[in-house]
Amino acid sequence: MVTSVSSLDRREAVARLLARRDGLLVITGLGSPTYDAHAAGDHDGNFYLWGAMGSAALIGLGLAQAQPDRTVVAITGDGEQLMGLGGLATIAISNPSNLVIIVIDNDHFGETGMQKSHTGHGLDLATVAQSCGFAEACTVRDMAGVEQVARALHSPASGARFFAIKVRAENPPRSLPARDAVYIKNRFRAHLGLGTI
Amino acid sequence: MVRKTAARPAATDAPERLDHALLDAEWPEQLYRVLKAAQVRQVSYVPDAGHSALIRLFAADREVVSNVLTTEEEGIAIATGAWLGGSRSVLLLQSSGVGNCVNMLSLVTMTRTPLLMLVTMRGEWAEFNPWQVPMGLATAPVLTAMGIRVMRADTPRDLIETVESAAALAFEAEQQVAVLLSQRLLGRKKW
Repeated sequence: MVTSVSSLDRREAVARLLARRDGLLVITGLGSPTYDAHAAGDHDGNFYLWGAMGSAALIGLGLAQAQPDRTVVAITGDGEQLMGLGGLATIAISNPSNLVIIVIDNDHFGETGMQKSHTGHGLDLATVAQSCGFAEACTVRDMAGVEQVARALHSPASGARFFAIKVRAENPPRSLPARDAVYIKNRFRAHLGLGTI
Repeated sequence: MVRKTAARPAATDAPERLDHALLDAEWPEQLYRVLKAAQVRQVSYVPDAGHSALIRLFAADREVVSNVLTTEEEGIAIATGAWLGGSRSVLLLQSSGVGNCVNMLSLVTMTRTPLLMLVTMRGEWAEFNPWQVPMGLATAPVLTAMGIRVMRADTPRDLIETVESAAALAFEAEQQVAVLLSQRLLGRKKW
């Protein structure tokens, strides 16, 4: 029996985060965050990962540095972010105010059989991000908290921000975006007015 | 002092003649100019003594964003994000760090994202530290196994021409290229 510390529905949470785009650029970590973002509505400004575990937040950093006038949101899971903990330290040095890291944290590795993750064993990712030097880092556990995070995406910031959203440990039906990464890349770049070679 | 090198065919397409004596002393500055001419705007690195002059030059450049990494694979992800946003970037690392990048290299091959890595070699020439040898031996095979094109420079002149070519391959043909800076070029580390 999988125990959850939150009853929040991940699909509802992500749908709420992306309900208002206003130019948001979105990177999604492999597994459920990719499915959640796709279920909320496919968008040319979404870059979906199907692999490269640990990369979502740092792709966000590279993109935020290249596009300083756009807000970049990396939405990933606790397992993916745990693989890239050092990346939080790297992001906090540059600390771009247009970068937001959001971890949909279900305390488990949902894609591989719901094994308990380090957050399920008590690790607090927001505290790690705060310690690294993020301008803002906190954990929310209910829809009111998600609303606050959604508003934060469209508010000015003094540096990089980190939000963990605790959700119920479950795997909703998969919502699968294209797996052709060259297509997704070129679509994303075209959305920014960038050409192909 | 002119470095002794084996006879090699003259480069027919070299834009200008390079002053070899000057290049021996100043290849990091030449390398910096080549990367600037290639419009590199973001630099990521795990420090290595062989890259230290280049790292300093980029740190002083207000047009270029520098990222110090905790592990080299972060740089692969940053390069991907940079290209998604229209920026050219370079990743500076040591041969040991190539081993840290293996799975992450799938990101640039799957997305066909330009990747320019400059890898300073250890474990291959007058090496004092045996711990550098395994990854020194594995650097080129590991990169090749992951679908990354490997180029190598053994002299300063080779290096400048090779990096110019690698930058064109990466950014104009969306290729993934690693240039290995040989340990012979970098010189013996003093212990």
